[in-house]
Amino acid sequence: MPSLKDLKNRIESVKSTRKITKAMQMVAAAKLRRAQDAAEQSRPYAERFNAVMGKLAASVGDSDSAPRLLRGTGSDDVHLLVVLTAERGLCGGFNANIAKLARAEAEDLRAKGKTVKILTVGKKGRDALKRDLGELFIHHVDLSEVKNIGYADAQTIAADVLSRFDAGEFDVAKIFYSKFVNVVSQVPSMQQVIPFQVDEETAEEAPEASVVYDYEPDEEAILADLLPRGVATAIFSALLENGASEQGARMSAMDNATRNAGEMIDKLTIEYNRSRQAVITNELIEIISGAEAL
Amino acid sequence: MAETVQFDLVSPERRLVSVEATEVRIPGAEGDLTAMAQHSPLITTLRPGILTVSGPEGEAEYVVTGGFAEIGADSVSVLAEKAIPSGDMTQEHFKALVDEATDKLAKAQETFVNEPGPVDDAAKLLSDMVAMGDHIGLSAN
Repeated sequence: MPSLKDLKNRIESVKSTRKITKAMQMVAAAKLRRAQDAAEQSRPYAERFNAVMGKLAASVGDSDSAPRLLRGTGSDDVHLLVVLTAERGLCGGFNANIAKLARAEAEDLRAKGKTVKILTVGKKGRDALKRDLGELFIHHVDLSEVKNIGYADAQTIAADVLSRFDAGEFDVAKIFYSKFVNVVSQVPSMQQVIPFQVDEETAEEAPEASVVYDYEPDEEAILADLLPRGVATAIFSALLENGASEQGARMSAMDNATRNAGEMIDKLTIEYNRSRQAVITNELIEIISGAEAL
Repeated sequence: MAETVQFDLVSPERRLVSVEATEVRIPGAEGDLTAMAQHSPLITTLRPGILTVSGPEGEAEYVVTGGFAEIGADSVSVLAEKAIPSGDMTQEHFKALVDEATDKLAKAQETFVNEPGPVDDAAKLLSDMVAMGDHIGLSAN
């Protein structure tokens, strides 16, 4: 049976934990709004970009002269998994879910006899995958110094991926990130960026697919120019989705933590009051029985 | 009033401009072009340069680098990797762009010793940058 003093200390400590989680929740809520804004602002570019790329890719097709970024290297033996996660923890299952998806894919590919290489962005994903797949890491990008993700950050990552592709280090590249649906739901997702794949949804949505465009310079030259940018764009939107997801996940995780702390405080307070009552009753019994003995 | 087109200037980070315009002068990769209403559908890549939008509210100039323009009969969308209103363009900004282009040229010269293609492309990028700087009164050095 813990003493009254012990109980009091525990109540105090849970109370200060609750204060911290509450504060983190509010900070996450404010950051979430900003992250969501950023994600929404970037959407027009990504949508149009993909629409045009879809059109171009369809018109160039699988001809032999198509750029390698579209056509692929002709084999799919070496896969590069780019795992985008957060730099910080305390955000529920956010990092773990992305890592889980990446691990499943890596194991699946290895079972098929493919070579897997992993590039991690964000400390948490690196930590989560290090034990099982640490020997597959080829590079790590640290974004902990970056406060607001800019397009330049995505460009740096894309440039690194592209130079590895040009050097023939891999055949297929996929990115792993978490899609932001709403505050309580973030879906870990996988997207293939090299070779470029036309997103079926955007392809169907393309309104004026029937219009015949002139191209200046020709389609293939434009494609060669745009494909590397497409990789950067895909990574950029993934980073922004991730940013919003992270804050959303943290917000709901901290909301839960705050509520649990509240429940715990209630329970401990009842226990505290009961044992205080017991102590008083005990004292009274002692006094009364002492008086009776006289 | 002249016919107008819906003009959008979008960068990866945000939508910069969305206005009605009567004509848009675009620095295309193979030469400047002016898009007005009823232009035939065209997709062109951009070279670094000045993009001018004329509309009912007057003219506006933007410095754009990298990206492409999609021109339709009633809309012009420019997707630029970097787009800055030319008034906000500072010497530092411009210097950074020129330095980047210079680096690219040096790198291309290193990696593609026997292939003139990429080196020429990089040299053209640099000279486009410098020409653009001259236009808005900034020097490359």
